[in-house]
Amino acid sequence: MRFVDEFRDGTLARALAREIAGALPPGRHVVLMEVCGGHTHTIAKHGLEDLLPPGIELVHGPGCPVCVIPMGRVDDAIWLAEQPGVLFATFGDMLRVPGGRGSLLEAKARGADVRMVYSPLDALALARRNPDREVVFFGVGFETTAPATALTLLRARAEGTPNFSVFCNHVAIAPPLRAILDSPGVRLDGLIGPGHVSTVIGLEPYRFIAEEYGRPVVVAGFEPLDVLQAAAMLVRQLADGRCQVENQYLRVVRPEGNRRALAAIDETMELRETFEWRGLGQLPASAFRLRPAFAAWDAEARFELPADRVEDPRACQCGEVLTGAIKPFQCRVFGSACTPEHPIGTCMVSAEGACAAYYAYGRRAAGPPAKVPAR
Amino acid sequence: MSRAAQRKPRLRDEIITLAHGAGGKATRTLIEALFFEELANPLLGELGDAAVLDAAGSRLAFTTDSFVVRPLFFPGGDIGSLAVNGTVNDLAVSGARPLCLAAGFIVEEGFPTDDLRRVAASMAAAARRAGVEVVTGDTKVVERGKGDGVYVTTTGIGLVGPGVDLGPARVEPGDRVLLSGTIGDHGMAVMVARGELQLEVELASDTAPLHELALALAELGPALRWLRDPTRGGLATALNELAEAAGAAVLLAERALPVRAEVAAACEILGIDPLYVANEGKLVAVVAPEAADAALAALRALPLGREAAVVGEIAAEPERLVVLETEVGGSRLVDMLVGDPLPRIC
Repeated sequence: MRFVDEFRDGTLARALAREIAGALPPGRHVVLMEVCGGHTHTIAKHGLEDLLPPGIELVHGPGCPVCVIPMGRVDDAIWLAEQPGVLFATFGDMLRVPGGRGSLLEAKARGADVRMVYSPLDALALARRNPDREVVFFGVGFETTAPATALTLLRARAEGTPNFSVFCNHVAIAPPLRAILDSPGVRLDGLIGPGHVSTVIGLEPYRFIAEEYGRPVVVAGFEPLDVLQAAAMLVRQLADGRCQVENQYLRVVRPEGNRRALAAIDETMELRETFEWRGLGQLPASAFRLRPAFAAWDAEARFELPADRVEDPRACQCGEVLTGAIKPFQCRVFGSACTPEHPIGTCMVSAEGACAAYYAYGRRAAGPPAKVPAR
Repeated sequence: MSRAAQRKPRLRDEIITLAHGAGGKATRTLIEALFFEELANPLLGELGDAAVLDAAGSRLAFTTDSFVVRPLFFPGGDIGSLAVNGTVNDLAVSGARPLCLAAGFIVEEGFPTDDLRRVAASMAAAARRAGVEVVTGDTKVVERGKGDGVYVTTTGIGLVGPGVDLGPARVEPGDRVLLSGTIGDHGMAVMVARGELQLEVELASDTAPLHELALALAELGPALRWLRDPTRGGLATALNELAEAAGAAVLLAERALPVRAEVAAACEILGIDPLYVANEGKLVAVVAPEAADAALAALRALPLGREAAVVGEIAAEPERLVVLETEVGGSRLVDMLVGDPLPRIC
C-alpha cells in the first residue's frame, strides 16, 4: 500500500534504531513521552519497543480523547440517549466507555437509540432523515476532531436544521501537557508530539514546553518509522544540548497549522473556564463549549442535563497511567478486574488507550513478554 | 498467560449486547458460561465447528449456523449463498464430505417475494457448486418490525472419511500454519456494501465452499492436524482458539499474511486489523512440517487456493498465545477479538 508500506520497512527501522543507540550518551537513561494515543497504538501494534535500545524508556501520555472524558460526562451522554425521541449519534469508540451507570452500548441494549457514525456530518444527515427525532451528536476529541464538529454546526445553522444538537466535549491538547509537566516527580526528557492535532494547531502551542520546561518536542507521524525517527531526533537534541520544537511529520503538519480549521472552531466554540479531565482533575481553559450564538444546537442548552460528578472507581489508576507515572501493567486492576471486555478505566476502552494497547498487544509485564523464537 | 484468562469463564453481563454475537471473546464466554453449563455433554464440550457422531460404523459430522447479514445482497454473494457455504464449510473443516442440508427461514412480514426467490435461487446455485441439496426446511413469518427482512439457518450433515483425525490435540511444535488465500475480503465487502462509510472501493465477499480444499488436504493423511474456516472474529480469533485448545503457541509472520491491497487500504482507513475481519471462503490448516510443501502445492492446484501461503508455525512457548512478528521487525501478541464496533456481517 503506497504511503504506508514505505513507513514500515524493517531495514530502515533497524537503521534508525542504530542511530538512536549511537546518539544516546553511554549509560544515559532517556524517558520519552508519546503524547498521543495513536502513537501508543503504533508502538504496541508494531512492537517498536523491541527495536529501541534499553536506554530509551517510553511513557504514554494523555492524548487519547476517549480516555480523558470523566465518568459524569459519559453518564450525561447516556441520560441524553435515553430521553424520549432522542437519537444519539457517537463515534464508535465511545460506545463501550463506562460511566457511573454503564456504557452507551448497554443503554443501546436496553432500548436507547444509539447510532455509530464516522463523521458529525453523518449525524446531521440523520437529523435530516428523521425530522420527528431529536438527533444529538456526542462531540469528543481534541482540536483534531473539533473542526469537523464546528463545520457541522455551521452547516446546521446554514440549513436551519431544528432537530440537531451537539453535546460538546472537545478538549485542548496543551493544558494537560502543562499539567503533567507541573506534576511533582515528573520524569520526562522529551516529548513525541501528537501528529494529527498539530495539522490543526501547528507547532506554536508546544513552544512553552521547550522554553518554560526545558523539554524538547518532536511532532511525529503515526507509522513505525515516523515514531522511530522522532525518537532519534529527540535523542539527537538531548545529545547536542538543544531544546526545540521540531517537526518530523513534514508531509502533513505545517508550522502554522490549518487556519481555516482554527477559524471554524473559533466561530462556533469558546473555552470553558474549567473542565474535569479523567485522572488529571479540573484543568482551567482546557475544553470547548459552544458559543451562545449556537445555543440552538447546543445539547447543554437544550436539555437539563443531570451533570452529576462521578468519582473515578477507587481501584482505577487511569490518572497515573495518563500522566505516565505508572505503566499500564503496574495498575492494580490491569488484566484482572479491568479488561477490554469489562473495562473499569477509560484507558482500557479505546484502541488508543495505553492499557488497551498493552493488553491487546501483550505488554503485560516489564520487558518484551513474548519474543518470536528464531526460526 | 494473564490471570484473567486462566479463570473459569464467568458471564458478568446482565444483558446480551451485540458483542456476544461478534464471534470473539464475549461470544466464547457466553457459550462456555451459559450454553455449555446448561446443555453440557461431551460432544458439545469439544466446541468444534461440527460435532462428529458415530453412526453404525461411519462417522457423521453435524452442524448448524444462522445468518443475519445486512445487507442481504452484497458484492460476491448474498445471505443465501452465505448460508449454504457457511454450513458446508463447517462440515469441510471437520474433515467431512457434505451430504445434505436443512434450511430454516424467518421472514419478516412485508418482505418482497421476489427477494425471497432470489435468496432461494442463490442457495440452490451454491448447493449445486458444493455438491449438496437442501432436503428439508422450515418457514416462519414474523410481524413487520420484528425481523430484518429474512434470517436463514442452515443445518448440515457430512460423512467423515476413514482415517481422518483432526483436532487441536494433534497439533505439535514445529507444525506449519497454512492459509488458503487472502484475509478480510468478506467482512470489508459487507461493511462497504452497507453504504455508510462512503468509501469508493470495489470489494467482493470471498464466500465459497471449501470442501474441495479440505478434501485435498485430507489426502495428506495424518500429516494434516487441524482445519478451520476463520469466519467471525477473523484469523486472530481462530488461531487463539487453536493456541488455547492445543496448549501451544502460534507464531505468525506479518509479511507472509496475504491481504488484498484494496482490503488493506480500507482496513487502514477505518482502523481495523484484517486479522479480525471475517472470511467466508478461506481455510486455515496446520500440517506437519515435512508435509508443508505438499499441502501448499495441493491448495495452490485448486482455483480457490491459488494464493495459499505458509503464514506461521506452531511452537511450544509462549503457550496458549498467538505472537506476530511485525513487518517492521518487532513482535506482539495477537489477542482474540474483543467487543464489536463492526456491523453484522454473517
